[in-house]
Amino acid sequence: MLKRIVIGAGSLGLACLLVFLALGWRPVIAPIDPPDRTGFPTDLIAKGEVLAGAGYCAVCHTRPGGPTLAGGTGLRTPFGTIYSTNITPEPETGIGRWSLEAFARAMREGVSRDGSHLFPAFPYDHFAKISDDDVKALYAYMMTRPPVRAVAPANTIPFPLNIRLLQEGWKILFFREGRYQPDASRSAEWNRGAYLAESLGHCSGCHTPRNSLGAEKTADAYAGATIDNWIAPALTDANPSPVPWTETELYSFLRNGVAPLHGVTAGPMSPVIHTGLSALPDADVRALAVYFAGLDRAASRTGAVDAAVKDALARSGLGSTQEYDPDARLYAGACMGCHYNAGPTPLAVRPELALNSALALPEPTNFINVVLSGIGRAEGGPGLVMPSYAAALSDGDIARLAAYLRRTCTDKPPWTDIEKKVAVARAQRTPNRD
Amino acid sequence: MTTLDLNGRAVSVQSPDDTPLLWVIRDELGLTGTKFGCGIGMCGACTVHVDGRATRSCVTTVGAVAGAKITTIEGLDPNGQHPLQTAWIDLQVPQCGYCQSGQIMQAASMLKDYPDPTDEDINASMAGNLCRCMTYVRIRSAIKLAASRIRGA
Repeated sequence: MLKRIVIGAGSLGLACLLVFLALGWRPVIAPIDPPDRTGFPTDLIAKGEVLAGAGYCAVCHTRPGGPTLAGGTGLRTPFGTIYSTNITPEPETGIGRWSLEAFARAMREGVSRDGSHLFPAFPYDHFAKISDDDVKALYAYMMTRPPVRAVAPANTIPFPLNIRLLQEGWKILFFREGRYQPDASRSAEWNRGAYLAESLGHCSGCHTPRNSLGAEKTADAYAGATIDNWIAPALTDANPSPVPWTETELYSFLRNGVAPLHGVTAGPMSPVIHTGLSALPDADVRALAVYFAGLDRAASRTGAVDAAVKDALARSGLGSTQEYDPDARLYAGACMGCHYNAGPTPLAVRPELALNSALALPEPTNFINVVLSGIGRAEGGPGLVMPSYAAALSDGDIARLAAYLRRTCTDKPPWTDIEKKVAVARAQRTPNRD
Repeated sequence: MTTLDLNGRAVSVQSPDDTPLLWVIRDELGLTGTKFGCGIGMCGACTVHVDGRATRSCVTTVGAVAGAKITTIEGLDPNGQHPLQTAWIDLQVPQCGYCQSGQIMQAASMLKDYPDPTDEDINASMAGNLCRCMTYVRIRSAIKLAASRIRGA
């Protein structure tokens, strides 16, 4: 009897394994001779350039200071570091021998030309929604970039997670292929924004929390998440900023990197705006703003804007008088000269901290990161530079500033253990992105 | 190597990217009107303009401002006749003078945002610029005099 059970279970297991292998197997797509660069129409290449901006491909696929699109950037995931690959049309180390069919399969199904599964660090779950025409344009753009010979460092995903065939399991659980389906009840502009955000833009890749297997929790779409030691804030009406993200604010932020009633972009969002979305025409950025203003129901929440702005500006001069509060003195000395606003409306060039997103978030992560690293000229908004206070302020000083501003600028509960969090952020900051 | 526009002149800088802008201006480019005070962005003596806005050069690295238009006290006005500079002389603002180039650069930036500043605007915008000689009362008067001259011009 026992023998029969063992044999039965063994056979079942073997059968399951065979089915899994059959499901997970993907054919090699034959290499091609690198296509003639002059064979692609220039308008198709130009369209692909805009789309590559919308997907900000170069942000992940370019090593800091390295050649564009030649890969090598390390993405730190809970499973190990995954290095972006070379997507220039170099025949041996890039995608020079990839046919359109191979390129489209990688984009839509997460499978490399050689038939191996790609890790979902490459957001093919979003790129599956890209239209056929747009994939062709992206291919034309990629295949006409300067070829660069570069091999990405080896990933640090441990065995057995590094077995690419196992990705078939992830796909069965979490991946549904399908093009973007327009919502006929919405405007063309909204649908354009939704298409860009959900497919190429893969915005929810950072702004949606992930489960223990690294898949987006679709039930909590855009609820905000921590990524790369930064908080990607909620993009729903759960966003805690004092003023809702209206279409105007979103447009200003996504176009120029600064929204007068929310603040300046920083951290991983900076290159999304400045090296990615900057390729988009104004109409596409507007469409993204329309989509996300709908998502956070800004239109139904604008009633409180004037009161929130007035309230914020009433606090802007706090600390400038002779009262003796050492925290206020620290703020006045280090921050107030640039951040003070006289009103009646805050100036975009004087980011108003009482309206700033970073102070409203549940954790001080983004505030600490910005104080430590500052915001370089190419990162924030036009004409705005914030110095780095890493060498100037101690962990304790930064914690005092954070607590003081949270206390005086917001009505949120105090942050806890701030000084420890500063120490952690400082330690994480030292080794720059790999 | 970083390129900057310093007082209208294109310059190439050899200092590493993490060098404070203050040391690039003073040591590499030889303009000493910008002063070292505290080195931690808390006193304002090192204030210069980056793309027209007051910035503490001691805590701003040169790499963070690559390509920017940097203006120091030497470049605020080609003849040293910026309305703030003339108001400073007319009211004999400085005592020892060490903080004054930073004070003037901070005030010049503020007047672009607030051409008719109140006492509160001045106190708040100038709060990060310290003066051990306590010339604050004359600084405030000179800012108001310069503001009225700019508005009247």
